[in-house]
Amino acid sequence: MRGEIARDVERIVLVLDVNAERRELLVPVHKTLLEVVREDMQLTGTKHGCELGECGTCTVLVDGKPQLSCLLLPIQLQGRSITTIEGMATGSELHPLQTAFGELGAAQCGYCTPGILLAAKALLDDNPKPSRDEIREALAGNLCRCTGYVKILDAIQLAAERSA
Amino acid sequence: MKVVGKALPKVDAVAKVTGRAVYADDMLLPRTLHCKILRSPHPHARILSIDTSAARRIPGVLAVITGADLPIKFGILPVTQDERALEHQKVRYVGDPIAAVAATEEEIAAAACDAISVEYEVLESVMSIDAALEPAKDERIQEYGGPNNVHKFVALEFGDVDGGFERAKTTREDVFFFQGNTHLPMEQHSAVATYVDGKVTLWSSTQVVHYVHRALAKVLELPMHRIRVIGAAHGGGFGGKTDPFAHEIIVCKLAMLTGRPVKCTLTREEVFYAHRGRHPVLMWVRSGVDGEGRITAMHFRSALDGGAYGSYGVASTFYTGALQTVTYDIPAYRFEGCRVFTNKPPCGPKRGHGTPQPRFALELHLEKIAHDIGLDPVELKRRNFVQPNTRTVNWLRITSCGLEECTRKVIDASRFHERRRGGGHGMGFAISSYLSGAGTAIYWNDMPHSEVQIKVDRGGVTAFCGAMDIGQGSDSVLATIVAEELGLQPSDVRLVTADTDTTPIDLGSYSSRVTFMAGNAALEAARKMRAMLVEAVEAGGHRYDDVTFEEASVLAEARFGTLTSAGSYTPPRIAGPYKGSGVGPSPAYSYSACVVDLDADARTGLIKVNKVWIAHDVGRAINPLLVEGQVEGSVYMGLGEALMEEQAFRKGLHKWPSMLEYKSPTFLDMPEVETFIVETIDPEGPYGAKEAGQGPLLPVPPALCSAVYDALGVWIDEIPVTPEKVIEALRRKDKGEPARYGPPRFPAIPYPPTIKVEPPPKNLDGHVADQEGTR
Repeated sequence: MRGEIARDVERIVLVLDVNAERRELLVPVHKTLLEVVREDMQLTGTKHGCELGECGTCTVLVDGKPQLSCLLLPIQLQGRSITTIEGMATGSELHPLQTAFGELGAAQCGYCTPGILLAAKALLDDNPKPSRDEIREALAGNLCRCTGYVKILDAIQLAAERSA
Repeated sequence: MKVVGKALPKVDAVAKVTGRAVYADDMLLPRTLHCKILRSPHPHARILSIDTSAARRIPGVLAVITGADLPIKFGILPVTQDERALEHQKVRYVGDPIAAVAATEEEIAAAACDAISVEYEVLESVMSIDAALEPAKDERIQEYGGPNNVHKFVALEFGDVDGGFERAKTTREDVFFFQGNTHLPMEQHSAVATYVDGKVTLWSSTQVVHYVHRALAKVLELPMHRIRVIGAAHGGGFGGKTDPFAHEIIVCKLAMLTGRPVKCTLTREEVFYAHRGRHPVLMWVRSGVDGEGRITAMHFRSALDGGAYGSYGVASTFYTGALQTVTYDIPAYRFEGCRVFTNKPPCGPKRGHGTPQPRFALELHLEKIAHDIGLDPVELKRRNFVQPNTRTVNWLRITSCGLEECTRKVIDASRFHERRRGGGHGMGFAISSYLSGAGTAIYWNDMPHSEVQIKVDRGGVTAFCGAMDIGQGSDSVLATIVAEELGLQPSDVRLVTADTDTTPIDLGSYSSRVTFMAGNAALEAARKMRAMLVEAVEAGGHRYDDVTFEEASVLAEARFGTLTSAGSYTPPRIAGPYKGSGVGPSPAYSYSACVVDLDADARTGLIKVNKVWIAHDVGRAINPLLVEGQVEGSVYMGLGEALMEEQAFRKGLHKWPSMLEYKSPTFLDMPEVETFIVETIDPEGPYGAKEAGQGPLLPVPPALCSAVYDALGVWIDEIPVTPEKVIEALRRKDKGEPARYGPPRFPAIPYPPTIKVEPPPKNLDGHVADQEGTR
């Protein structure tokens, strides 16, 4: 009905491993992982560009695989391990991808950067020496409007070379 | 130089790769209310009544406002104050804001918007340039302008145009269309406001904190000192966040009413309605050339589909005619421009503001003339290049100019003249130019366009500037300049930027002005600071280079007290002596040249871009890494516009207000780019620097179309070049019709008589900093 809002939403206790920390939250069943991460956990490093699964900006790692957090519901995630951009560095030491992105200017406005870094991390974890075309394929779901992708490709290759 | 010219990481690189940069939607203030905006479902309608009573009764709703609460009109240009934050009388496009709700939860705010009843009297909508030129069936979209739905006419003539055409050996006319497209920033617009102790604070994703500040003062009826605007970390602008927006005003008003922080983040669909993107422009151009291919006269007409409001439209209209003369020596030039209102989201400035469309037309038009007279297009263009230190026929002052060197770089590197032809393979060439900042402010005043303060305290240095870093790296440019002068690294310089309470004015990140203008202001402030430090150190019997910065700063603070310095930049007054001359002048112009290599499939019409070579005259690269990033990003955006991006409508509705259906290039679509930085050391730029962020987009669409002609022998005179258009052009070619896809004609537009302007003396006589022009 117009103007009506469900007052008694169903909630579940969600247990997640987020950036290697155990988190327990009471969340509405319809709240997306994106919202849970940003609003309930205040991990605002994860960004959003469409909230419809179209732009890749909200990418996080679920058990090491890149996933669009705007399309995931808590019920799918019970007990899973989530990595957000806040969990990419080890203490104050940046991940080699983060260092390379900084050095080569692969982040301009920086808004798509967290999602792209996590997707790139998943790629390198799986395939430590990807070709340029393999990088393009792996990141085809992540849009960037600033860089023309050139410096991002360069930075991922640089990080891969250094890690080899 | 120690840091200028070095490929150093951006000063905010770590914040951006760790997710620590705080964008407006990342602000999580305690007790924040969420705002949703009810928008018009009709392209054109009178509002008969608005009933918000049901919405107000919903638990969790703290405030509901309509146009009656914010009746004062605003707009970016003083001459077109035609927008309201909320419309209560009439809506002019699908998405026009009508009412706004502040509630404890976003879902409650959305439900409350649904509960607002609005009664409309639907009016006939106007959805095309042709329809806007006809008498309105019901009523005109705006009350000003005219005849019919015309917003603005421009008609100017420089030099003896008729005589020029009489002298011509060959003349040619062409019609082109450049479809509108939108910025599509990755970050949706977002704003958060608080109201504490009679004072409003707004954090926003904006390119223009100062102009938002002015609009808020006007609409909220508060003095500027009771409003503070802070530019949050910025998730992409490209011109799309250069107007003051309804949601920015609304959150402030709602914060004032509720006493709580209020946040509004637009949905992706709403971002398409906020728009202010590339105008769709229909263009007609006629040129004459002599026996050597030198232009004798040019007549250029444009018709801009402006959407429902003014925005930057008056300036956009002038820009479709202003910069043709900045690349080619046109001895006689007539320009007639017209912007119309239609029932679509308002168009405004997108990267290149009003100039990519005429650049597309001009470059292809000259290609066609070259083919007509049997001359190599590159050679024809070269013969017409402007020279450094000249004035154009429309009074624009050209100082440094690397056009010839840019051309040589890309032609040589791409082996353009030895290219393989046939089998659907082709290469195309084009050039362009852009402003290094608009020479006049948006509102008339005599004050500087950019100001910088520096504070030094016992080893630390802080630079304060209103400039807004939108990802292009303006913070890094400021830090680099201050560091260079003081003998430090950019990372040693603390920055306070884009905060109207704490930083001196900078007009904003638009018109590619920040490096040139804020850069010059920073240079002046830093040199003054250095002079104090040097004086104090030398008074102690030392040399500046022999002491540490900390020692120098302690000596100077002991000698002078609090160490502050300031610098400012005001562009030279170089506009010509005619009405409308304020659009086009810039203290310096950048130049670009580009070659596109592609394969076009005659069977499917699909185009695969293999490589782009681009050379850009940036004057001096203060940071080559950032310049390359701007150039590559421009090439990308130019390719998106050339091949796929379209802000298109059907029956009053946006055809595809989503990121999936509004096609933009992905990693898989982007070719390799080879970038050449050309340095001409501009006499007035900071260390000789000029702009890099916009100019390199401009040559890409025409170079692509020229390459399609090279590959398939068909002209696509309309952007974007979609496969259907290529197939249709090939079909026409096969049938023996003109091998072309594009607009068939240019409409009869009742332009007023042209204002005839006497051209200036062509030679600058070495007076590059001439200040004598009038406005």
